[in-house]
Amino acid sequence: MRAKYVLSEVLVGLWRNVTMTIAMIVTMAVSLAMLGASLLLYFQVSDMEDYYYTKLEVSIFFDKEATQPQIDAVRAELESDPLIAELKFETKDEAYNRFREMFKEAPDLVNAAQPESLPASFRVKPTDPDNSQALIEKYKAKDGVANVVDQRKVLEKIFEIFGGMQKLALVIAIVQGLAALLLVANTIQVAAFSKRREVAIMKLVGASNWFVQAPFVLEAVFAGIIGAIMAYLTLIGVKIFIIDGTFKSLFQSTVLTPIPWSNVHLMFPILAGIAGVVSAVTGWITLRFQIKV
Amino acid sequence: MTKKYARASRPSIEDINVSIDKGEFVFFIGPTGAGKSTIIKLLLREETPDKGKIWVNDKEVVAMRSWRVPAFRRSLGCVFQDFRLLPTRTAAENVAFALEVIGKSKAVARRVVPEVLELVGLGGKEHRYPHELSGGEQQRVAIARAFVNRPLVLLADEPTGNLDPDTSVEIMRLLDRINRTGTTIVMVAHDSNIVNQMRRRVIEMEGGHVVRDQSRGVYG
Repeated sequence: MRAKYVLSEVLVGLWRNVTMTIAMIVTMAVSLAMLGASLLLYFQVSDMEDYYYTKLEVSIFFDKEATQPQIDAVRAELESDPLIAELKFETKDEAYNRFREMFKEAPDLVNAAQPESLPASFRVKPTDPDNSQALIEKYKAKDGVANVVDQRKVLEKIFEIFGGMQKLALVIAIVQGLAALLLVANTIQVAAFSKRREVAIMKLVGASNWFVQAPFVLEAVFAGIIGAIMAYLTLIGVKIFIIDGTFKSLFQSTVLTPIPWSNVHLMFPILAGIAGVVSAVTGWITLRFQIKV
Repeated sequence: MTKKYARASRPSIEDINVSIDKGEFVFFIGPTGAGKSTIIKLLLREETPDKGKIWVNDKEVVAMRSWRVPAFRRSLGCVFQDFRLLPTRTAAENVAFALEVIGKSKAVARRVVPEVLELVGLGGKEHRYPHELSGGEQQRVAIARAFVNRPLVLLADEPTGNLDPDTSVEIMRLLDRINRTGTTIVMVAHDSNIVNQMRRRVIEMEGGHVVRDQSRGVYG
């Protein structure tokens, strides 16, 4: 209908206060990028928890000098223990081979290790993964046992770090978001003020509030969506250059599951939606105070 | 159209009780500060009286909800001393704006706007911008805009205030023609000549009160 006209008015309006528009878009972009990163991390951690918690085991490592009777004694206990769901034994050789496989990209490390360096172990799945403490205490005390490690606990530390990073990103998102809101409100006020003559005439002639407010609100929404696009491109850049680039090896090792492209693409509609709605609401509220009937 | 009993905030007018019928042409005269412009603002509901009621076209204006006011204003036409045209639009576009705001299509505008500009005597000047028109011509555009929706009531706040005497007379003739089509006209005036020439109903105000209400009156 009058879409082209409205669009041109919006662009002209944004251009007239170009520095304010840029400030508004940049703060929104930063806020949205942080929000996007925070969401991605959140999804990732959930994913990882699902993936790993079923696979994690308690490992009972034996001393290098552990004797076969000692190992058998422990096995007997494990087999009859109701706290144990599954068990698997890994010999020193098996451990060594697995080590060589995992770290085949680091030949120096592999060469430094001897087959005897790696202990034999029982890989055990507890029936109640959340309460492994009792299990650990019990088997640590056995003869020949060097250490009992709950792999979960190790991973929890990593999850904590990710959780911390995620919260930090969220905090940044909120602070920047507030700044963005204030900038949107300010920009709209300035725009409305500079067009106050036109607005007054429009009201006189009987234009409805919506008719009068729409161009300003649209300016804010438009800027918001541009901010969302910038945030989305930033996230894509991060995915390409950091996740699949510099830290690629970290993500390909067994610990971190890769962040899939589909999640990243999902960010765009989410961020654009949030940006649009927040801009529109802020714009509308700001104008209510400016443009009284 | 009826108006009763209004008293505005800083008492610029007090205890006014006036009734104006359809098709009348009424002048509000008086010295500056007598409250004449306040009357126009009250009728437009730009302000509300502290006490009293105002009926325009059978609608009680004071109790009207805010969101109904734009629609109400569309049923009036108004013309001001400073013309109040949108500077970035042509004459035709300014008039069309009044139609746009009501939601009429571009096709309707294309048909109606030239007609009404013809009516006010601006035949070939549709595409001029306000700054390219003389004061009198700008006021004609304003009148065209006020009239294009055929309102029942047309308010005029010193429309000839910024115009020279000859142009003022032309504008008044135009308003007279509009009045003859049945539009009620309420005009605030300063200019004694005009009032005297037209000999219509005159309501004189002073210090916020009505001091005279005469059917075929003259200034002072």
